[in-house]
This record gives sequence, structure tokens and C-alpha cells, in this order.
Amino acid sequence: MINAINKSGPFTHGASNVQKTMYTVLLALLPATAFNAYLFGWPALLLFVVTVGACVVIEAGCLILADQPMKAAFDGSAVLTGWLLAMSLPPWAPWWIGALGAVFAIALAKHTFGGLGQNMFNPAMVARVALLVSFPVVMTAWVLPHPLFSASAPGLGDALAITFGGQMPDSVSAASALGYVKTELSRGIPVTQSMAHVPDLMDMALGFRAGSMGETSAILILAGGLFLMARRIISWHTPLGVMGGLFLMGTLFHAIDPARYTDGMFHVMSGATFLGAFFIATDYVTSPVSKKGQLVFGAGVGVLTWVIRTYAGYPEGMAFAILLMNSLTPIIDQYTRPRAFGRTLKGEPLPLAGRDK
Amino acid sequence: MKLFPIRGGIHPDYRKEQSSERAIVALPLPALLYIPLQQHIGAPAEVLVSEGQAVKKGQMIARSTGAISAPQHAPTSGTVKAVTEIPAPHPSGLAQTTIVIEPDGRDEWAELPAAIADPFSADPQTIAERVAQSGIVGMGGAAFPSAVKLNLGSRFKLDTLLLNGAECEPYLTCDDRVMREHAGEIVDGARIMAHALGVPRVVIAIEDNKPQAIAAMTEAARAFAEIVVAGVPVQYPMGSERHLVQAITGRETPAKKLTADIGVVVHNVATARAVHHAVRFGRPLVARVVTVSGGAVREANNIEAPIGARVADLIAFCGGFASEPASLVNGGPMMGQPLPGLDVPVIKGMSGILALTAGETNTQPASPCIRCGTCVSICPCGLVPVEMAAFIRKDNFEAAARLGVMDCVSCGSCSWVCPSHIPLVHYFNYAKGMINAQERDRRKNEQTKVLAEAHTLRVEKAAEARRAMMAAKKAQAAAKTEEKANA
Repeated sequence: MINAINKSGPFTHGASNVQKTMYTVLLALLPATAFNAYLFGWPALLLFVVTVGACVVIEAGCLILADQPMKAAFDGSAVLTGWLLAMSLPPWAPWWIGALGAVFAIALAKHTFGGLGQNMFNPAMVARVALLVSFPVVMTAWVLPHPLFSASAPGLGDALAITFGGQMPDSVSAASALGYVKTELSRGIPVTQSMAHVPDLMDMALGFRAGSMGETSAILILAGGLFLMARRIISWHTPLGVMGGLFLMGTLFHAIDPARYTDGMFHVMSGATFLGAFFIATDYVTSPVSKKGQLVFGAGVGVLTWVIRTYAGYPEGMAFAILLMNSLTPIIDQYTRPRAFGRTLKGEPLPLAGRDK
Repeated sequence: MKLFPIRGGIHPDYRKEQSSERAIVALPLPALLYIPLQQHIGAPAEVLVSEGQAVKKGQMIARSTGAISAPQHAPTSGTVKAVTEIPAPHPSGLAQTTIVIEPDGRDEWAELPAAIADPFSADPQTIAERVAQSGIVGMGGAAFPSAVKLNLGSRFKLDTLLLNGAECEPYLTCDDRVMREHAGEIVDGARIMAHALGVPRVVIAIEDNKPQAIAAMTEAARAFAEIVVAGVPVQYPMGSERHLVQAITGRETPAKKLTADIGVVVHNVATARAVHHAVRFGRPLVARVVTVSGGAVREANNIEAPIGARVADLIAFCGGFASEPASLVNGGPMMGQPLPGLDVPVIKGMSGILALTAGETNTQPASPCIRCGTCVSICPCGLVPVEMAAFIRKDNFEAAARLGVMDCVSCGSCSWVCPSHIPLVHYFNYAKGMINAQERDRRKNEQTKVLAEAHTLRVEKAAEARRAMMAAKKAQAAAKTEEKANA
């Protein structure tokens, strides 16, 4: 009669679904994004809209090509990728940076691997790194905050010229703190001196400094991250791993040679540490599934970020570190499986300690 | 009482309030009762009656066959209308041999075996035998013949009888009601079982969301120092045998072993009540309490129904459907089985009949896995559902087995929690079936090989014997010729 029996139980389901999860993450990003839109004004908003829009359009195009249901374009995953990508770009970058980034992220990094859930590497970070390597000048043209409605802020007309006309005003460019320290170091000026010229930690936490939209305002990013933890979308393992790894490496080497190495707290507060730790390294698809694995993964991201920031050619290493650790995810998964009930870690049945009669 | 944590688990909407305040009511005798020969794990029973024969309530109508089996008894007095094949309450909907009884309305008891006067001085074997003869099987849902589990004392060093009153499945309230209304009978049954097992301690574990049941059981057990009533945290699947043992004793049952191996035997509370009836009054198991609930049923109830009443009779008793159910379930919504229809009978292991609306089942088409890892965090067995499912999708059962799919208890937590609505348990059940089939094939092949080898050996031996005989004959003939020549 009524029952078409085609499936085992359970015959009830929790309230969670993919769309809800994605939109909760977007909600968590909203305060930081809004604040940064305020800080960097109309150009940042325009770039944000272009990047997110391009991601959704390309997602839809890929779904058509792959003959998959169009519903997936609105599950929030493409919006999230675009959103994170926009937050990792220089806020006054031209529109084609965002559009090209969307092609890298959605078409190449995500859909060539099979779409949602199949990609090996974080799409937003693939796009960011591809752009950074291809267009190093545009991708490092940072500006200081020009809060909306302040005297120095560009109006909508100026903003259109900046984003779509490629008319970046020369005078406003500024170096990020990480970049500044690195440049000074290469000129032979020790960290102890250059640190006097970077914004103090409080300003960095609040966001009044040069950087991408996601790099500034650590506090609002942190608030978003804590919200996601409270909603059980992410757990503390990955963020703690990232921050812990970065802080420990920074502190340890700073103690050894303060003139050469910046301290741990500076590392944690600068660059994309918070965004990376709470929103990018925690990406479900490209990070390990077990909590133990997430801790290992996070620590790897933290340590590699420190290594790249300290020794490599780029001032910021978060994106590279995350991509490198993405490649290790399957191996980490394999070695961090939980212990099964009634079995040892190796999978053998637990011994029976002389209970036989 | 000190409790121990168990891994993972979920907190589904329990929805027990639909039926928890409904006192147990007896189902009026339906027009016909259908008693399948197999209501338990093990060998089906063997029919003892024939068409047209008059039977009385409690009379054995089918006897157990083999070590793991259970007899069936007439749930009321009446006439055997037929012994025929009808669909069983099994997802396959396949028919099985069923005794159909037409009640005569008198509900007259047969001559029952005498009550065991003092069960606590009786031989454990006597009690186990009585339980076996009374057709008692595990009433929590697994329906394993209880007598087999009462005999474990002779094989294992046991210290605890754990009575499972956790009832962690959403909707179900039959155990809750039985504990509230018949606490004394359960406690007496538990003491008898403890005596049969030779254990000094009884723990009755009840989830904390049943405070009235805890109070009633505590009150009933007050006089007996060996019985402890323990409230356990509300955490699905707390009622899973191995997990409950771990929560109560801290002992983890090794893979491929029984809880008896670590000194604990677990029985359901309703089973203890059935043991009380069998031992104290000689009454076999002919009825059980079933929770009828779900949003699609007009009025939820806890019904004491004779074994063999059709599901349709119980639904009708509850006023029928309020809306077309999206899903009909035998048991709880987490681990229950789909019901193939309304014409199947109530059997001994049926704890619930659920008619669920689409809103309650919340079934959605599966979307791609986003590797969120929630299934890994909540798996109470410490498995990796996401990886196992990926292998099973590729029919790689060997890899799934290596990851422990055979250790899965099918509790359904992973399917319930999956944001992509992937039917993980369905995959695992499929894999378990395939792996079991492969294992059977392998054993069969091995057996064939052994037989074939034995055959070859036999043929060779016969040929050898023939050759030897021929040689002997030849030698004899030669000897004779020689004799002749000599003569």
C-alpha cells in the first residue's frame, strides 16, 4: 500500500542541511565584511559585488555544462567562495581581478574536480594564489582605510573609475604591516626598529590598517568565528591549531633572535591569520574530517604560514600554507581516524583480561 | 551512581509527549489473529495445530526447533482458522507461515504450567526452561530468545544484570509506561533473572527524560539492596546494548565479543515483566505493549495488544489516520524497519507503530558530501561513515570492511545528522549484506573444495586398492603356476 520501501532508517532527520550551513557561515562573515566595506568605501563594495556575482554566474555555467541541477548554484557554496575570495583581494583592485579570480576558483579549482565536495584545494585560495603569482603588482596594491563618508573617501563616481576604469590613485597606496617589516628587513633594518612604525596591536585588532578586507578587523572575524563555534558549524580544533602553531613558532624564534624575527603576537594579529584560521582553514571540503586531524591540519597551516612569512619571498603565507596542507588532507585523514568501539587504535579487538570462566 | 561517558551520539527531537501520558489500554479482541512462526532471531517454530482445531489462551501452537528458537502460543481462545502464508512485518514483505486464529470471545486460559513456587531456590536451569517454554524473546526490538541469554551464567563469569529501560528511540513510550504502571512486576522479573544468571547485582538504567519511570522503579526496588536504579543521560543511542554497558560499568565490550564476556547480561524491562508472568503464573508471552504514535495518527496510544493483531486494528483503535502518512515504521524512527503495509501482525519484538508525516521524516534528496565531518564526530562506534560510504558507492566492500563497517550498529546517527541527507545507514546495511553474502560464498567454495579433495582422495584410494588386489591375484596365480611346475 502506501509504503514504497526503498530505504533503511532513520525515518527522521535533523534540521541541518547544506544550504543552512553555508548561509550560517555567510552570516558570520557579515559583520566583518560590513565594517570593511565601511573602511574601504565604494571601490571595495563594487569589487565585492563583482567577485561574488561572477562566482555565482560561473557556478551556474559549470552546472549547465555538467548537466547538474541548477539548485546547486544557490546552495550558498559559490557565494561563500566568492565572498572569501573578495575578502582576500586588495579592496581597490580592478574589477577583472575579481572576475578572473572567480574563473580560477569556481571553474578551475572546483568544477574541474567534479563540483561541490570534490575539490582537493580551497577554491578561494587557489584563485588568490593564482592572481598573486600572475599579477603581483595589482595584488599587492594596498590602501589605507578611507572610511565611507569621510573627507578622503572616494565617492561612487570615483569608485567606478577605480574599480572599472583602472584609475588607481597613486598617492593612497600603503604597505601592510607584514610587507613593511619584510621590506625593511631586506634593507638591513632589524625588526626591533621597523616594528616601531607598524600600527600597534590594538589598531590591528580593530582594523585601522592597510590590508585586504579579510585581513583587517581581527575582532569582528573572531566574533564571527565564535558564532560559528556556538552554532557547531566549526569546532575549536582548526583555529587553535593555526593560531597555536603560528604563535609558538613566532614566540620561539623571536626569543632566539628578536632582531631577525617578529614576535608571536604580531604574527597572530597581522595578515590574514584570523580569517584563515576561522573561515578558510576550516573549509569542510579541503580539511580533515576528524577533530584530531583538524588539529594536526591547523598546526601545519600555522607553522607553514610562519615559515613562508619569515623565509619566503611573500610577506603573507596563509594562502600558500592552506593549499600545501590541503594536499596533505587525505593522508592526515588516514592517520587520524578515531579508535573504533571495542578495538585498539590498530583495529584489533580489545583484549579480554582473563574474564573467561 | 557513577556513570561513564559514551562516545558521540545525537539529540534528536524525542516527540515522546505525544504518547507518554497515555496510560496502557488493552486492545479489544480483533476478528482474527495472525501468529507468524518466526517472530524471533533463530529457527522458525514448528506448527503443532491444524485447521479447525480449538485452542485456548496460552496453549502452545508451535514449538521451538533447535537451540536458538522460540515457541508460539495462542493469544486467546478460539479456533485455528488456517495455517497459511501471509506477509510478515519485515521490509521484504515476503510471506511466511502464519497461524490464523479466530477468537471465540471467551478469552479462556488453557491449563498453564504450574507457577514456580519459590523461584529463588529453584535451579537456574528450571527458570531458563520455563522462559524458553513461554516463548519469551527480547522485547526491546531484537527479539533474541531470552532463555539463551539466561543460560550465559554457566559459560561466563558474570557480575551484573543490566535492565535496559533507556528507551532512547524518539516517540516510543511503551517501556516508559510499563515501568510506570508495572514497576513491581519488572523488579520481580529482574530478581528472578538475576538468580538464574547467578549475578549479585542488578542495574536498571533509564534515560533521565523519564522521571516518573525512574521514581516508580526506584520505589519498587527500594526493598532490594542488590538492585540499583540509574538515571542515564539523554543521549541517543544510549539504549544500544554495548553503549549502555559502557555507560553503567565503564567496561568496553571488545569487538566480536558479547557483553557477557565482560560480565554483563542485558535484558529489556518488558522482557523482565514477561519473565515474571511466566515464572509466577505460568503465563506465556501472548501480548505486548506497543506505542502507536506519529503525526499522521489521530490519537497516539500505548496499547497492550495480543500478538497477531493486525497493525490496521491498532491504527483503527487510535481513530485511524489524521493525514496520509509519509512513512510507516515498525519500531522507533531511528532503528525501526519500514512496515510493508497495514495488514501485517503485531509480533513480539514490535515496540512501536509510527505513522509519520512528511514534516516529521524530513526526507530530502541527497546532495554531494561536503566532508563536514559531523558523522565522524557523532559516530558512537568511532567509525568514519564518510569514508566507508565513499568506498561502498564504488562497491569496494573490502575497503569498507577494513574501515569497520561490520562494527556499525546501524544506530542511524550519521544519517540523521548528515547535512547532505546522504542515506549512510542504507549504504552500510547494503555493504553488510554484500559482505555476509561474500563470506557465505567463500565458505561454500571452501567446503566444496574440501569435499572435492576428499572425493579425489577416495577415488585414488579405491584405485590403489584395486591395483593392490590385482597384483595380489597375479602373485597368487604366479605362485600356483610355480607350484604346478614344481609338482
